[in-house]
Amino acid sequence: MLKQIEGSEAVAQAVALCRPEVICAYPISPQTHIVEGLGRRVNSGELGRCEFINVESEFAAMSVSIGASAAGARSYTATASQGLLFMAEAVYNASGLGLPIVMTVANRAIGAPINIWNDHSDSLALRDSGWIQLFAETNQEALDLHILAFRLAEELSLPAMVCMDGFILTHAYERVDMPTQAQVDAYLPRYEPRQVLDPAEPVSIGAMVGPEAFMEVRYLAHAKQLQALERLPVLASEFKQIFGRDSGGLVRRYRTEDAETIVVAMGSVLGTIKDVVDEMRDAGVKIGALGVCAFRPSPLAAIREALRRAQRVVVLEKSLAVGLGGILATDIRTALAGVQLHGYTVIAGLGGRPILKSSLHDLFKKAGEDALEPVSFLDLGWDVVERVLERERQSRRSGPIAENILRDIGVVGATLA
Amino acid sequence: MEMQPIKFYQTGTFTVGNRLLGEDQRAVQANLQRTNSLNCGHRACQGCGEALGARYAIDAAMRAANKQLIAANATGCLEVFSTPYPETSWQIPWIHSLFGNAAAVAAGIAAALKVKGRTDVRVIAQGGDGGTTDIGFGCLSGMFERNDDVLYICYDNEAYMNTGVQRSSATPPAARTATTPTVGAHPGNAFGQGKNLPQIALAHNIPYVATASVAYLRDLESKVMRAMSLHGARYIHIFVPCPLGWGAASQDTIKLARLAVESGLFPLFEAEHGEVTGVYKIRKPMPVEEYLKPQRRFAHLFGPTPALETIARLQAGADRNIRKFGLLAEAI
Repeated sequence: MLKQIEGSEAVAQAVALCRPEVICAYPISPQTHIVEGLGRRVNSGELGRCEFINVESEFAAMSVSIGASAAGARSYTATASQGLLFMAEAVYNASGLGLPIVMTVANRAIGAPINIWNDHSDSLALRDSGWIQLFAETNQEALDLHILAFRLAEELSLPAMVCMDGFILTHAYERVDMPTQAQVDAYLPRYEPRQVLDPAEPVSIGAMVGPEAFMEVRYLAHAKQLQALERLPVLASEFKQIFGRDSGGLVRRYRTEDAETIVVAMGSVLGTIKDVVDEMRDAGVKIGALGVCAFRPSPLAAIREALRRAQRVVVLEKSLAVGLGGILATDIRTALAGVQLHGYTVIAGLGGRPILKSSLHDLFKKAGEDALEPVSFLDLGWDVVERVLERERQSRRSGPIAENILRDIGVVGATLA
Repeated sequence: MEMQPIKFYQTGTFTVGNRLLGEDQRAVQANLQRTNSLNCGHRACQGCGEALGARYAIDAAMRAANKQLIAANATGCLEVFSTPYPETSWQIPWIHSLFGNAAAVAAGIAAALKVKGRTDVRVIAQGGDGGTTDIGFGCLSGMFERNDDVLYICYDNEAYMNTGVQRSSATPPAARTATTPTVGAHPGNAFGQGKNLPQIALAHNIPYVATASVAYLRDLESKVMRAMSLHGARYIHIFVPCPLGWGAASQDTIKLARLAVESGLFPLFEAEHGEVTGVYKIRKPMPVEEYLKPQRRFAHLFGPTPALETIARLQAGADRNIRKFGLLAEAI
């Protein structure tokens, strides 16, 4: 059924269709509307047997989810940014315990300085936590990926994050095709774990594992992610059979067939990138785009296959590996090991900095001329940066960066210095 | 407090001898059919108060729950010594997740059971004082505040024993730990710090709060049974001496636990919905020195020049407890 609704509401409705049994909620922008939508559905009785728990922190949100999942309940929570980092210890724990919790991450920057707007720093910080991470390009895909995530997570006994751009998707009203309960039920079987906490069969879960077995446990976690690589295309094709549209999968190619330049990105920015690709194609430039839907597991072979015939690759990412450059770009470089082509990392959109079509036109043109630095920052305010760097060349004293910028122009706190 | 109709004084306290009671009144531990929830073969130290406390408490809870019990365990000695993979000493469904989240994990289990209509299965969370009063405090308070259907049991041995005896917020004043060394003008843990978790639990007005001690088996068991007869958030704080961390002899675990109660340092009480409903009366208050002296963590108080002022401050704390809870029994 076609609906014109907010992204968060679309996700709330999709999660409700997945028949969750325990939902944990701790508010953090821009995730709030999702759990609010679910809270309404639990309270109204629409969700049937489902517990909605207002916890006291994100750490508790994940911990309650762990307990509920280990006791055999389909468990869901949502978070973003600081919240994801605050629950980090429990995020690792959930995957180590093989609990198929599904969590929406409404991607948002991480402070300091505190910033509520979108980038991918949060979920990418938990890159190695053992969770599946699927990135949605549109609200339709965000909705669809939740249904797919429950299926994949429970099949593999691994938790899954569905990552959607905070505000850009969560708060955008778009047309979505909402599936029916019957469709979701046909796609997503009941959650029936092999081992749960049950007095009829008392098991000890979460024992202290020493050097003699730890490596094997970790390897098996890795192997599960590799299995996810095989399952994701299969599940996407089954999804298409039932729901009639393409969603999920590993990567998405856009006009890459004869492309000399391919831009790689994740999330909603792909929409802007595709528009620019179309306009440049109209002007005769051989350019295409590659959207990465599965960030973890990393679809190295699919990425390599999509990129290897290009002359250059521009990885445009909303994240920064401080002291290195790109996070996604590092994965792409791994995928392209031994392939000779020009590779550029472009850090863009941090903390919600708009990624404009005009900027992308300039950027891709420069890339086509191979005039880009290996790592560059889109639309960086160089005047601000240079002023700080110049002062630091003359004297170095420690202090918070954002506040130092103000002090450099003569503002200290609320007064002029 | 469960009042006992008969009083046979065997130990100088109000403890009733088990053999003098009818079969149905005897301790769970006296019953050969007890579950031994924490079975033999675990790696606890000789004389471990926590191992004893956990077995007492969980066996009693198992009886109360008709063996339909699930436990979530915080990281700590109890977790480490009971489950060296691939072995386990637990005869009950048991999960360990993290150091600071046992209360939340248990709340999740309770939620799952509720959704599944398994009202017969009860949930316990347990941890040491570090996992309860410090790192797990947020989750615990959240569990209390939401009145989740969980009994949380804290085994309090007054420091981080698993990591090598570091101070926790349950460490008593003057005690030596690895992070409160006995050097300088004020050796040992500082006065005026720390938190009283049973009192904090009380302030949440939850259905049940109690303190208990491994030296008072029947009292401990009756409190667990009472807690299990109620629903919602419940808290029992059990005093469990640690021979290793306290520098005490293994065979003195029960003696020290008893002296802590008899001196007034660790008052035994229970409360429902924020209101104290009973205290364990002290028949004959013991001076705190009797409790402190056998422990090397307090040895600096009894050197060539005894720290009389410090001992007096500790005694004053015990006296305050006795006044506050009305612990003194009237002469019989």
